Amino acid sequence: MAVKEKPMAQEVQKPGWKSIPIGGLILRGGSAEEFQTGDWRTEKPVWDGEKCTNCYLCWVYCPDMSIVLEDGKVAGVDYDHCKGCGICAAVCPPKVRAIEMVLDRE
Amino acid sequence: MGNSALNEAVKSVALTGNEAVANAMRQVHPDVVAAYPITPQTEIVQIFSTFVADGLVQTEFVPVESEHSAMSATVGASAAGARAMTATSANGLALMWEVLYIAAGLRLPIVMPVVNRALSAPINIHCDHSDTMGARDSGWIQLYSENAQEAYDNVIQAVRIAEHPEVNLPVMVMMDGFIISHGMENVYPLADEEVRKFVGERKPHYTLLDADNPITVGPLDLQDFYFEHRRQQAEAMFNADKVVKEVADEFAKLSGRQYDFFEAYQLDDAEMAIVVIGSTAGTAKYVVNELRAKGVKAGLLKIRMFRPFPAARLREALTNVPAVAVMDRADSLAACGGPLFGDLRAALYSAGKRPLMNNYIYGLGGRDVTLDHIRTVYQDLEEMLRTGEVKREINYLGVRE
Repeated sequence: MAVKEKPMAQEVQKPGWKSIPIGGLILRGGSAEEFQTGDWRTEKPVWDGEKCTNCYLCWVYCPDMSIVLEDGKVAGVDYDHCKGCGICAAVCPPKVRAIEMVLDRE
Repeated sequence: MGNSALNEAVKSVALTGNEAVANAMRQVHPDVVAAYPITPQTEIVQIFSTFVADGLVQTEFVPVESEHSAMSATVGASAAGARAMTATSANGLALMWEVLYIAAGLRLPIVMPVVNRALSAPINIHCDHSDTMGARDSGWIQLYSENAQEAYDNVIQAVRIAEHPEVNLPVMVMMDGFIISHGMENVYPLADEEVRKFVGERKPHYTLLDADNPITVGPLDLQDFYFEHRRQQAEAMFNADKVVKEVADEFAKLSGRQYDFFEAYQLDDAEMAIVVIGSTAGTAKYVVNELRAKGVKAGLLKIRMFRPFPAARLREALTNVPAVAVMDRADSLAACGGPLFGDLRAALYSAGKRPLMNNYIYGLGGRDVTLDHIRTVYQDLEEMLRTGEVKREINYLGVRE
C-alpha cells in the first residue's frame, strides 16, 4: 500500500548559537504556555455542557490547567495543552458523567 | 600557621597545600561553600569551617550529606548569583559526576579545588590523577599545580577565569594528594585586600533571585536547541585560552609570579624532554639540572592547563624536540596509553616535524616517583635518540613484575 506523504511544513529558521542565551536559560516567565503538548494525546476528553454541574473537580485535578473557565463556569477543554490523561473524566462524579474520553483521530 | 588566618604582614609562611588553598578560599571570600569531607581533601573544608566559625568570613557554609549534594548545592547557589565553591577528591568527585556536567552546561562559574587521589577499587587514598582525568571531558576548565604555592595562586586566578563573561565555565584546581596537600612548604600569600581587589565581586548576567527579571534555569532542551548550547560551551572553551593568559598576566603584576598554559623548563634547545603534570615536575626538574650539568640537552614541559588543551601551543613547543616521554599519573585503561599521551600525540599529528614519543604510566595509588625513576626515563630517551626507534610505546614505571 502506498504511503501518502504529507507535504513538509515550511521550516522556520531558528536562531543560532551566537544569539541565544547561554546555558539554555529562558529569560522571561510564562513561556511554558508556548509549548503545545496537545499533540501528545491519544484520547481526548469531550465535555458536555448540558450535563455539567460546575463542581470544578475536573478543574481542580487537571495537571495541565486545561479545563477552561469562563465567568466562573466550566466552558470546555484547552486542546492545545490537554495531554489526554483522562483524570478529568475519572473525577467527574458518577451521577454527572459530563466528560467522556474518546479516541482522538481525524 | 595552622587554622588561623594569615597575618598580612607576613611575607612567607610554612603551609600545607590544604592550608594554602583554604586560605585562598578565605581571601576569595565566596558567598557559599558546600562541604563534604573526603581524604585527602577534608582539611580544606574543615579549615574553612573554622574561618566561618571564627567570623573571619561571612560565607554561608552548607555541610551536606554527600558529594552529589555538595555539587548540587553549589550549582543552586551559583545559579542564584552567589560565588560558590566546594572541594573534593577521588570517589567524591566520581559521585559528583552527573552534576559536574550540569554545572558546566548551565555555564556556572564554580571554582572547585580537587586534591588528586586514586579511584577505588582496590581502595587507596593516595595520589594519582585518575579522578580528575576521568572528568576531563565534563566541560570544566582544569588547572594543575606543582606545589602549594601554585595551588594557592591557581585558586585565586580560577575565580577570575571562571567568571569572565566570555567564559562562564566552572574551574577545577588540582593538587597532588598528600604530596602537596599535606606536605608543608614555604608559601608567599598575598594580602587579603589584594586578593579581594583582584577577584572583585561576582557580576552574574542573570540570577534566580532577580524577581523583576524572572528566568528559567535548566529547561528541557531537545533536538532543536541542545546542539546550539553545546556549541556555545565549545566556544567558551576556545575563549578560555585568551582569558587564562590575560588573568595570568594581571596576576603576575600583583604577585610577581608569572603563569602560563604550561611551563617550559630548559626546553629551547632540548634534544629530549619529559612532559609531566603536577608534583613530579619538581622531581624531574632536579634530574634535568643534573643532566644539563653533564652537558646532556634534557628539558621538561609541565602542563598547567589541561582543559582546554593548549594543543597548538604544545605543538609549537615540542615539534623541534626530537624525543619526548609523556608521563601519565593515570591510566586510561584504553590499551593505548594515558590521557595526556593521547591528547599530546593528537596535537602533534599535524606538526611538520614530529618527535619520537613514548608514554610512562607512573605513580598510581601514590607509588613514589624517585629520581632514579626519572633518570631511567631520560636514559630511555637517549637510547630512542641514538637508535631513532621507540622500543616500547607504553611503559609502566616503577611497577613490580
